[in-house]
Amino acid sequence: MGAKVGDHSLRATCTCTLITVNEAATLTYLDHAATTPMRAEAVEAMLPFLTERFANPSGAHRFARSVRQAVDEARDVVADVIGCQPGEVVFTGCGTEADNAAIVGAQGRHGGLGVCVATEHHAVLHAIEHGGGRVVGADSLGRVDLDALIAALDDQVSIVSVMTVNNEVGSINPMAAVSAAVRQHAPRALLHTDAVQAPSWLDLREVFPHVDLLALSAHKFGGPKGVGVLALRQGTVLAPLLQGGGQERDRRSGTHNVAGIVAMAEALRLTDLERSAEVERLGALRDRLVDTLLAELPDVIETVPRDAKVAGSAHICIAGIESEALLYLLDEESICASAASACASGAMEPSHVLAAMGVERRYSLGALRLSLGHTTTSADIDRVISVLVPAVRRLRGATK
Amino acid sequence: MKVMIAMSGGVDSSVAAALLVEQGHEVVGVTMRLWGGESDTGCCSVSDVDDARRVAQQLGIDHLVFNFTEDFNEHVVAPYVQAHTEGITPNPCIECNRHVKFARLSERATLLGFDAVATGHHARVTESPDSALGELELERGADRAKDQSYVVHMIDQAELARTMFPVGGMTKTEVRAHAARLGLRTATKPDSQDVCFITSTGGRTTFLGTRIPFRSATVVDTAGVVVGEVPAVEMVTLGQRRGLGLAGGGPKRFVVDIDIEKSVVTIGDESDLLTAGHTIRNMTWVRSPEFVAGFDTVLLQCSAHGTPQPATVSISNDGLTAEVRWTQPQRRISAGQSMVLYDPTDRFVLGGGICA
Repeated sequence: MGAKVGDHSLRATCTCTLITVNEAATLTYLDHAATTPMRAEAVEAMLPFLTERFANPSGAHRFARSVRQAVDEARDVVADVIGCQPGEVVFTGCGTEADNAAIVGAQGRHGGLGVCVATEHHAVLHAIEHGGGRVVGADSLGRVDLDALIAALDDQVSIVSVMTVNNEVGSINPMAAVSAAVRQHAPRALLHTDAVQAPSWLDLREVFPHVDLLALSAHKFGGPKGVGVLALRQGTVLAPLLQGGGQERDRRSGTHNVAGIVAMAEALRLTDLERSAEVERLGALRDRLVDTLLAELPDVIETVPRDAKVAGSAHICIAGIESEALLYLLDEESICASAASACASGAMEPSHVLAAMGVERRYSLGALRLSLGHTTTSADIDRVISVLVPAVRRLRGATK
Repeated sequence: MKVMIAMSGGVDSSVAAALLVEQGHEVVGVTMRLWGGESDTGCCSVSDVDDARRVAQQLGIDHLVFNFTEDFNEHVVAPYVQAHTEGITPNPCIECNRHVKFARLSERATLLGFDAVATGHHARVTESPDSALGELELERGADRAKDQSYVVHMIDQAELARTMFPVGGMTKTEVRAHAARLGLRTATKPDSQDVCFITSTGGRTTFLGTRIPFRSATVVDTAGVVVGEVPAVEMVTLGQRRGLGLAGGGPKRFVVDIDIEKSVVTIGDESDLLTAGHTIRNMTWVRSPEFVAGFDTVLLQCSAHGTPQPATVSISNDGLTAEVRWTQPQRRISAGQSMVLYDPTDRFVLGGGICA
């Protein structure tokens, strides 16, 4: 669709290289936890709002009202998948904004302290730390240490944030138990969950009943980048991050990203529809991938056992190599993978998640996150195995 | 050849990358993330990484960022801090070249299948004209004023064989002109001068002051008479003239000795600074010690842009230590400074080490 990507002009001062559509097709993409390709239906859904249906949904004319209807319908879809009321859905600019709206917004309104787990995404961890909050430890499986959480709870605490699924290692937190602990030991506190990694693998209807606030990000489930959701239980009041026109019932000012919202709803609807089949399909591919790697390569650990994590996560730690070197060799073969989060410069940072889990240094140095998603095929798994195994052997042998 | 070029985000490494591409090599740019703390210059800031990445994009080459912050801290920053408590003032850029650029980066390049590592240093790798020796020479850069052979003097023959300095044969003016011709965004970027992990606003005092306890010291003259006090003996350097709490007027007086253990700084006149020679430890050799021993006198350079002075050299049997005697007495060199030996014509590096 649109302009041909290959025909960029070669100017004397700038010969840009782009990943073309054709190149993208030759990539083996196993970095779905970073972002997953948009679903074609979501792209289709957003296009009218980037072209003829450009009205501002807050406008006072019929043209605006028809766009407003699209936003309202999207809200209904999102609410249905989360298992909340449409009035409990607030559209945001991204997952990070949703996390910050919950944490900063709760402290801004109610004062008090924040509490989170050391394995949280930086969107939560840094927001809690910024507010002077408490960070509690994790267990060796990357889940919240419930005893440590309880020890950190008291009536000073106004917001607790525990992620549904960990973005690096895929661990699933026991939200029912977390909720019970928070209700008992921090009765004033709101419970927020960063569920950004959850929609493809878990039914959010089983998560939302345990929490007051839940954050999503569209591009993790086939929607576009630049749009997210904060679901907040009716009666939950936050101080808004942005002052402005009072959109989203004064909870999130700023003109609606209509195209993004509509596309996100379509992506979420399809994700929900296909979830059980995809969990089964991708779980089997993941199992084959990890089983083969463990069989072929000695001194490799599966970071989190499969019954404690989501189906698309294949995080392993490879002793005797460095992640950066391995990622280079994979990249050379057009395989997209990841190790931990990257800092502003693009450098890989040592994983705070593996550190919190107490993973031995000789293993954490060789961390590799392969994450599967809706476009992953059996051929992708074959290809990764065929490249990864010799690459690790080569790095370990340090020959060539 | 498959070449990994270390791109700092400066004009020299930008042009070095461009030249390698023009020469037809398969080139991958790498920016090393070295320092996790505050920084306003050098190789570490995010804006420098942005510059390196944009230049790489413009040249159509891949660009990666390697995180070597742990190595940098272990081999450069921590020893730098520790040395100051012992009255030693090391050159961190040289230690970075020794332990990170021409070790860690080079090893990784080999591991990843690269044939050579290139940098934007102003120095040259050339075949020795004496073919019987079969050795490579590490020559000064063509631009004598910008020559950086001093800071890369630790490269040995094996490493030299896989090292490229593409801009070593150019003057800085030519480098900038080449960058401008290609429209590289770094064409007019100022040279970095300072230690990358020390900010211009905070300086060395702030950096060290937050990491080691400063101890005050008594300032005495060469007769032992107390003439003043300084707040931090760790910050005093040999040859220093200011900031010693001395009354104005009178003849020029210099720091001529620092006793860090007793916290005593001795001042004297310029003649008290002079010495007949030094011991150099931790010698590394570009050329063999036997080859170097063949020269009656060599030239000895003791700072990045210092003027080399003639000296005789006697090398220990294990090659690790060199005793040097100046032809004319010279100002004493601070312990920890790198001292680099050049051939008598001042053309190429012989070896170097650290002032004991």
